[in-house]
Amino acid sequence: MAAQDPALARLVDQVAGAREHGTPLDIHGGGTKRFYGESPAGMPLDVTPLTGIVCYEPTELVVTARAGTPLRDLEAALQEHGQCLPFEPPRFAPGGTVGGMVAAGLSGPARASVGSVRDHVLGLTLLNGRGEILTFGGQVTKNVAGYDVSRLMVGSLGVLGVICDVSLKVLPTSVATQTLSFDWDEAQALEAFRRWAAQPLPINGSAWHRGQLRVRLAGARAAVAAACERLGGERLETSVAHAWWLSVRDQSAEFFVIGEKSLARGEALWRLSVPAATPALTLSGEQFIEWGGAQRWWRTTAPAATVRDAAAAAGGHATLIKGADRSFGVFAPLSAVLMRVHQGLKQAFDPEHIFNPGRLYQGL
Amino acid sequence: MLGMNTALSAADLGTGRAQRQREIVAALAEVVPRAAILFRHEDTAPFECDALTAYRTSPMVVVLPESEAQVAAILKICHKMQVPVVARGAGTGLSGGATPHAMGVLLSLAKFNKMTIDPVSCTAVVQCGVRNLAISEAAAPYGLYYAPDPSSQIACTIGGNVAENSGGVHCLKYGLTLHNVLRVRGFMVDGEAVDFGSQALDAPGLDLLSIVIGSEGMLAVTTEVTVRLIPKPLLARCIMASFRDIESAGAAVASVIANGIIPAGLEMMDKAMTAAVDAFVHADYDLEAAAILLCESDGTPEEVEEEILRMEAVLTAAGASRIEVSRDEAQRLKFWSGRKNAFPASGGISPDYMCMDSTIPRKRLAEMLLAIQQMEVKYNLRCVNVFHAGDGNLHPLILFDAEDAAEMRRCELFGADILETSVRLGGTVTGEHGVGVEKLNSMCVQFSEAERAQFTAVKRAFDPLELLNPGKVIPTLRRCAEYGKMHVHRGALAFPELPRF
Repeated sequence: MAAQDPALARLVDQVAGAREHGTPLDIHGGGTKRFYGESPAGMPLDVTPLTGIVCYEPTELVVTARAGTPLRDLEAALQEHGQCLPFEPPRFAPGGTVGGMVAAGLSGPARASVGSVRDHVLGLTLLNGRGEILTFGGQVTKNVAGYDVSRLMVGSLGVLGVICDVSLKVLPTSVATQTLSFDWDEAQALEAFRRWAAQPLPINGSAWHRGQLRVRLAGARAAVAAACERLGGERLETSVAHAWWLSVRDQSAEFFVIGEKSLARGEALWRLSVPAATPALTLSGEQFIEWGGAQRWWRTTAPAATVRDAAAAAGGHATLIKGADRSFGVFAPLSAVLMRVHQGLKQAFDPEHIFNPGRLYQGL
Repeated sequence: MLGMNTALSAADLGTGRAQRQREIVAALAEVVPRAAILFRHEDTAPFECDALTAYRTSPMVVVLPESEAQVAAILKICHKMQVPVVARGAGTGLSGGATPHAMGVLLSLAKFNKMTIDPVSCTAVVQCGVRNLAISEAAAPYGLYYAPDPSSQIACTIGGNVAENSGGVHCLKYGLTLHNVLRVRGFMVDGEAVDFGSQALDAPGLDLLSIVIGSEGMLAVTTEVTVRLIPKPLLARCIMASFRDIESAGAAVASVIANGIIPAGLEMMDKAMTAAVDAFVHADYDLEAAAILLCESDGTPEEVEEEILRMEAVLTAAGASRIEVSRDEAQRLKFWSGRKNAFPASGGISPDYMCMDSTIPRKRLAEMLLAIQQMEVKYNLRCVNVFHAGDGNLHPLILFDAEDAAEMRRCELFGADILETSVRLGGTVTGEHGVGVEKLNSMCVQFSEAERAQFTAVKRAFDPLELLNPGKVIPTLRRCAEYGKMHVHRGALAFPELPRF
C-alpha cells in the first residue's frame, strides 16, 4: 500500500527516521486547531499531501477521505448529493482538514441530538509508531470485528499515530429547518431543555446566552411545522439563523473571542461538559449554554481549580480552550487507573513516544 | 469437606486441575459465601456454553457475586493467582464470547439486576445483569425507551450488549449500543474500580468508552452502565413490500437511502425464510415473493404520514410487486413477528442451523444473495436469509444436522465462504454478534498480522497478563498460519500470476 502511494511512503519514511533518531514529531494538517490542547512540540510532520476523497457513494451514506483533504472540499462533495456531516465540525480558520477534524474530535451545535464525530467514524487507516500502516473498522455501519480502534483515535490529538484516511457515516441534509427564539432567563432556559428532552421533538441545536434562548428544529417539513406551532417563540429568518449557528459552531461569535488584553488580565474561555440536567452553575463571568444544557462555555477569571471543581461536582469536566495560564493542564486530570491505561495505550501504539508528545497530557 | 473428589467429571479429571480448583475455591470462599461458588460438574454444567452451543468447555469454578465489592475481591484473587476470568451475563451470545476457560473462573453477573430511571436527565443507571427489554419497560411510564433492540432483547443483558456493541432492527436510525451508552463502570483485571465515559456527553482524554464497548469482556469487567433514554415516537408504521427477484429488492434498499430516507427499520427476508417464519407465526407474508422488505417509519403522526408516502413511491418505482402499509399497531407487530422469529422458525425446519453475521456495503446485497445461492449447491446445504438490509448486516442461516459429521464440516466451510466473500465485497466478518471463539479464523482473513498484533497490544494495555476472557477475538499467529495456508488476505491472492480453477 505504502509503495503505491508516494505521499504515504514519504510519511512512513519520516516516521522511520524519527524513530531512528528519537525525534518527536508534531503531526499537522491545516494547522487551524493548534491553539487546542497542550502546546505542540517536535519536528513538523505535514499530512496535507495525503489528500483526496478516496470513495464516496451517496447510497451507502459513507465517504472515505484521506487525512489531508480540506474539510471544505469534503463538505462540497457531500452537498452536491444533498448530504452532510451531521455533527457540524467547527472550523476556526480556512484550511482545516479531515484528519484534524477527527484528531481533535470536536463537534458543533447538533452534537446533542445527532451524535459526535466519534459516533460517525466507521473506520480508518493509521500509521503507528512502528511505521506500520493498519486499517481498522471499515465502510459499513455495523462492524464488531476486533476492538474499535478507529473510534479510539477520535479526539486523541495524534498521540497514538498518524491518521491516514478515514471513513465517515454521512446523512441526508434535513429537508426543513427553523430556528425559534425566546427571551428567557437561564432558569427558564434550563427548565425548557429538561422539558423538551423528554418529548419527541425534532430539536437539532439549542443555545442560550444573555437572556435569549435559540432552538433549531430540523427534519421532515411536517415535523418542523408541527413543532413550531407547539413551541411558539419568534421565528428567525433562515439566512440570519444560518449565519448565527455558524458563528456558534466556529466560535466566531463575540462571546468566544477573547482579546489579548483580557487574556493578560487572566480571563479565560472554558468548556464545561456536564450532564444536561445540571442546575445553573455559579461561576463569575459570562456564560454561553449549548447542547440542551450539556455544554456550558464560561468566560471567567475564576481560578482553574474553581472551574474544574464546579464541573466535577456536576459529574462532568472542564477544558481550557483559551487562556494565558496553562500550568494546571488544559484537560481535566485523569484518575490514576485511567492514566495507567492511557500510558499502556501510548506504549501499544507509539512505543518510542514520537507522536505529538505532551499534546494531550504530560508524559503521553 | 468441599467434596472435591466428586467435583470433576472423569473426562477432565487431572490432578493438576483438581489441585488448582481446590486452591481457587478456598481463596474465593474467603470473599463470597460458599453458596455463590459452584465447582461440581453437575452445578457448572449450565455454564458450559452460551448460545453458540457447539462450543462447550467445563469451567473450573463458577462464582456468582452480588456486589461490586465482591467482584473487586474476586478479581484481585484471580489476578494474584493468575487465573483466567470469563464474565457472563445471560449467555445469549451467538459467537461463544462467554465460552468458559477450562482452567479459569466463570464470573456470572446475573445477580446484578438493579436499575434507576432518571426521567429528568433521560438516562438510566443500570446494573450489568438487567435485561435489555426491562430498561424500556421501566422507562415506558415516562414516555421514554432504550433504543438498541437486539432480537434477543427479552433475555440478553445490558452487560452483554456492552461487550458485543449490540445493534438491533432500529440501529440504522438510532445507532448501536455505543451510540446510546454514556458511561460504563466496571473493574480492571486487578480489581481496581474504573469509569469509562461519564454522565456528560464526553470525558477527558482518549475515548476509552469506544474501545471498551464491543471488546467482548477482554479489557475490563462491566458492572454498571449509564444509558441514554429517548422519547418514544408517537407513532410507527411499517410497509411490507414484495419483490419478484432478489436483485430488485436489493436495488430498492439502495434506492430508499439514495432518496434521503432513513427508515426506523429496513429488513429483508428471502423466499425460503419467509416460508419458514410464516409457517411458524402466520404473519400473512407474501409467499410468492422472491424477497420481502419491511420498511418502517416512526415519529410524529405528521412526520410518519409524509415519510410513508415517500417510501411507498420509492418502493413502487423500484419495482415492488405488492405493497401493504400497516393499518394499526396490531398489524405492524404482526409484520415484525415473522422477522423477530426468524431464528426459532429456522429451528423448526432443520435439526440445527448456523447463523452468520457479516456486514457488506448495501449495494452488494443482491450479489451476495446470488453468491449464497451458488454456495447452497456447492456445499449441498440449504440456507435461509434475513438481513438488516438498511445497514447491510446479513444473517444467513445455514441449515444442517449436527449429528452428521460430514454435514457439519460442509456447514463450517459454507460459513467460512460467506465470511470471506463478505470481506472481499468490502465488508466485515461480524456486524453485531462478535468474534468470540466462532470467528477467530475469519479474523485472520480480515486483518493483517500487524493489525492483529496491534489488537494484542491494546489488550495488554488494559490486561498485561491476558487474564480477561483469554483466547477470544484475537487469533494466535499459529492459528492464522494454519488457516492461511490456502486462504488469502483481503482478496489479494498470493501468487496472482498462477492460474486457479
